[in-house]
Amino acid sequence: MIEFMDVSKEYTKGVKALKDINIHIDKGEFVFIVGSSGAGKSTLIKLLLKEEEPTDGKIILNNMDITNISNRKIPYIRRSVGVVFQDFRLLPNKTVFENVAFAMEIIGASSREIRRRVPIVLSMVGLSHKANNYPNELSGGEQQRVSIARAIVNNPNVLIADEPTGNLDPDTAWEIMKILREINRRGTTIVMATHARDIVNIMKRRVIALEKGTVVRDERKGVYDYEI
Amino acid sequence: MTMRFRMLNYIIKQGFVGIWRNRMMSFASIGSVTSMLVILGVILILALNINNMTNVAKDQFDEIQVYLEDDVSQEQIEKIGEAIKENEGVLSVIFQSKERALENMQKQWGEEGYLLEGLEENPLPNSYIIQLKDIKYANSVVDHIQGLVGIEEIKYYRDIVEKMISIANFVRIGGIIVTSILLFISIFIISNTIKLTVAARKREINIMKYVGATNGFIRGPFIVEGIILGFLGSVLAILIVNFGYQYIVDILNKKLYIFFTVYMIPYKVLYDDIIMIFTSIGVGIGTLGSIVSLKKYLNV
Repeated sequence: MIEFMDVSKEYTKGVKALKDINIHIDKGEFVFIVGSSGAGKSTLIKLLLKEEEPTDGKIILNNMDITNISNRKIPYIRRSVGVVFQDFRLLPNKTVFENVAFAMEIIGASSREIRRRVPIVLSMVGLSHKANNYPNELSGGEQQRVSIARAIVNNPNVLIADEPTGNLDPDTAWEIMKILREINRRGTTIVMATHARDIVNIMKRRVIALEKGTVVRDERKGVYDYEI
Repeated sequence: MTMRFRMLNYIIKQGFVGIWRNRMMSFASIGSVTSMLVILGVILILALNINNMTNVAKDQFDEIQVYLEDDVSQEQIEKIGEAIKENEGVLSVIFQSKERALENMQKQWGEEGYLLEGLEENPLPNSYIIQLKDIKYANSVVDHIQGLVGIEEIKYYRDIVEKMISIANFVRIGGIIVTSILLFISIFIISNTIKLTVAARKREINIMKYVGATNGFIRGPFIVEGIILGFLGSVLAILIVNFGYQYIVDILNKKLYIFFTVYMIPYKVLYDDIIMIFTSIGVGIGTLGSIVSLKKYLNV
């Protein structure tokens, strides 16, 4: 499903953000990427989203080598990957419904498909009743749920979450995790970069720990770190 | 098919939204395109008319008119004719009596010809019209004729033609310089307008990228915006130039020199060309302006 083979990334000469990374993620897995700031989490995600090119190595996504893919094909790669960010990134002048529909519009879905599909994902994240509200009328947790709905509305095989609970209080964070777990249970592979120690420790999923650009730990049913 | 149509529909709609969102800058962009094209139009029409007049004058270039004094006898007139024929540069000589000259003038004036009927006395002189074998004989022929008796005036157009050619060149070169400066200003203003739209939609573009919008889909609305701005600017300029030229021709026709409009290119002849030239330049500037700003401000 997702594979990093000897991947290195060097931004400026001599400074390596990632060094010889080897990761293999199967379809349907739920993987936490942990590590302190600057450990390489963001770089890893940027490589997956084709925002950055690796300096060395090979990246495979959905059984396709995306290492040297042409710029014209990148949008089609991204359609099979949903993304959720720490800062939600919603459009303030669109309603909840329109924000989710937007992701379908730009890939050319018909309004009939949109009217059918958007309510389904909104109910999955528990926001059916807020469909006509604007983002500034919602709490942080609700906004993040809208962004999750937008990320999954086009049925991606992979969902990438970059610190999705970073701006949320613990209770709200757990609501988000429940939703992500449910999405994963339905078969979507989830890669989540996080700092949230409690969440990682309680979820008991695979944990990949990065430190100074290398994988220092890769455990099934892992925990955030050893010192508890 | 329907999917492409829906996306095109979205792109065009967003293009108009962008224009409306930055009304003031859009207005400035249209204004700059319009003023550039109007100035281009003035220069173009001026240059074409001068060219036209030069060509008309050129036809008379190898022609020399010799006006004879009124009190010259018929015998002398014939003598002068013989003398002119002897010159090696002369191809042919035609005598034009003063009566004939008046008739010709009446013909040339057309509807206004009746004005000449009230004259008590024919003010026009007898004349010889000389065709030269070649332009290079012009000076020697003129020198030769000047030595004859009974000559009132010798008219030939070399100076006028030369002056017109130099004016035409000046207008053409000055026009190219002024127009290209204005062209760059227009492109700059349009690209700035598009830049504002890009800034206003930064968030949206970012999200579009992550959800997998193609680059064409992201760029589309901005290019549409540029094309619309350029097109509106050119439509305005076409209206201004066409009505303006028509108005000037009309005024000259009615109030000023009757002969003058004979040398002016009729407005209908220019109409199609101006529409074509202006629209393509306007749309071209708009497209270029948006591409410039997309290159600079939009990384997709």
